[in-house]
Amino acid sequence: MSTPALLELCNVARDYPVGPTPLFGRRATLRALDGIDLKVPAGSIFGVVGESGSGKSTLARIVMALDRPTAGNVLFDGDDLFLLPPAALAARRRDFQMVFQDPYGSLDPRSRIGRTVAEPLHVVPDALRGAERAALVGEALESVGLKAADAARFPHEFSGGQRQRIAIARALITRPKLVVADEAVSALDLSVQAQVLNLLRSLRDRHGITVLFITHNLAVIDCVADHVAVMYRGRVVETGPAQAVFARPFHPYTQLLIAAEPSLERIGRGLRRTPSAPPSAQIEGGGCAFLARCPLASGRCAAEAPALRALEPGRASACHHAEALTEGASSLHFPT
Amino acid sequence: MSGALLSRLAGRLPLILGGAITACIIGTALVSQVWTPEAPTRMRFALKLKGPLAQGLLGTDHFGRDLTSMLMVGAWNSLSIAVLAVLLGAMAGTLLGVTAAARAGIIDGAIMRLCDILFAFPAVLSAIMLGALMGPGALTAVVAIGVFMIPVFARVTRSAAAQVWARDYVLAARAAGKGAARITLEHVLPNIAGQIIVQVTIQLGLAILTEAGLSFLGLGIAPPAPSWGRMLADAQTYLTAAPHLALVPGIAIALSVLGFNLLGDGLRDLIDPRRRLAA
Repeated sequence: MSTPALLELCNVARDYPVGPTPLFGRRATLRALDGIDLKVPAGSIFGVVGESGSGKSTLARIVMALDRPTAGNVLFDGDDLFLLPPAALAARRRDFQMVFQDPYGSLDPRSRIGRTVAEPLHVVPDALRGAERAALVGEALESVGLKAADAARFPHEFSGGQRQRIAIARALITRPKLVVADEAVSALDLSVQAQVLNLLRSLRDRHGITVLFITHNLAVIDCVADHVAVMYRGRVVETGPAQAVFARPFHPYTQLLIAAEPSLERIGRGLRRTPSAPPSAQIEGGGCAFLARCPLASGRCAAEAPALRALEPGRASACHHAEALTEGASSLHFPT
Repeated sequence: MSGALLSRLAGRLPLILGGAITACIIGTALVSQVWTPEAPTRMRFALKLKGPLAQGLLGTDHFGRDLTSMLMVGAWNSLSIAVLAVLLGAMAGTLLGVTAAARAGIIDGAIMRLCDILFAFPAVLSAIMLGALMGPGALTAVVAIGVFMIPVFARVTRSAAAQVWARDYVLAARAAGKGAARITLEHVLPNIAGQIIVQVTIQLGLAILTEAGLSFLGLGIAPPAPSWGRMLADAQTYLTAAPHLALVPGIAIALSVLGFNLLGDGLRDLIDPRRRLAA
């Protein structure tokens, strides 16, 4: 990670109040993010992977400054987003854009495509108007493989994949430095997924855009990401170059994820059953969050939460027993 | 083939029927402004209490006034008061509703509790209070009915707007740096306009009914301007001698309420995609 970080998260935490408000005292909280430290290098595609409830979407909302962290700092290009005055933050928004999961929900059905795509220009003070703006919108639509004339049409006239391209055109119109893609291909067919992923990769290659790619799908991360962070219960449990992490995972949770990935070789054989625990609403005291599902669990894991620590250059894992995994390619055997 | 066509027609029946009735009433009200068979206030004692077709189309009342003309002008008076009242209620209620949806928390709570308080007063009661304050008249009726409509529109708008606020395209607008007012104007209102129009139509029927009730009590438009409610009130005395005096305005009120309700239901079916799929 020699390139400078475009986005840096320092010890970011986010609590959500859950359940009813008691008459006295405080509401119970759910810790969606717990001490997240991440550095996203400029010009990379940075994958964040984790199961439902691991805090991926909360991370996206905080990076987009749509939600405030309970603690910690988000540095974007050197500025702490949540210390900027509102006007400065609004002006900064042109540099980071988002592509949402559901291409059916992220486009206003009553708004023509041209208006939707031009929406982020709202915060660009010297933005083009009139015919020049229309030309810019047409250019953006063409850059994602649609026609400039599509600007006059409505979302319902497009398929899911086309809609996601429109959403990407919207995210690109301000020439942002960072695009946050939250499950951007999960709602699409496999063949369309590949088109959208190739589009994202070519945009990175052509314009040097940094992509924070959030998904639950390992295959997708494996396909596009340079770096990957694996999240579990609001913590980052492993980071590193994507290929290295998937070839030799240093955290038992990453291994579990890889083992759970459906594969052609296993067709008809069914999945191994792995112990799973529902996300708990309460902040757990001490101990590793993965304890209940971990085959390596020891007394130390119950007493002390493992911190993310560097194991090899560029690679880190939050497991007390990571060394046992780094030696050789000995795969863990999960109890059946 | 013809079966499918028939079932489609049957599905649209409320819309067609409601639209036809509503168009008739609005047409009558408009025509009354340029032409009526007789001057609606002209008394002809020699011709009093004539039955339908005996004098004019619908007969005459106890002053010998032409019932057809009174009914036509009454349609204009009832409809204009109802329209103004619903406009007042819809504008104020929509403003409160979208504000409540955009600003969760204390403001939302305050607005909705205010609506609860307004809702607790029956329209007739608030009209009597207003009448005592402002004196009876068309304006009193408009304000009394309009204020009564505010909480209805506030609630409908708030729940519809809250659904829009939960959509990703609003999140995208926020990510584009747009504020709550701009998002409300550009995204929320266009997406809830259909639901508001449906509510306006249904409330118009209710407003006509309430206006008739207020006129019946003498709190509506001042005499001698004809109104359906007062025609009913005047007819009470002659209920056995001349039942058509009560029947004519009564049917007019019932038909217009039915017409607007059918039209509202039909529009809702047309606009709401979930109902359209079910049909």
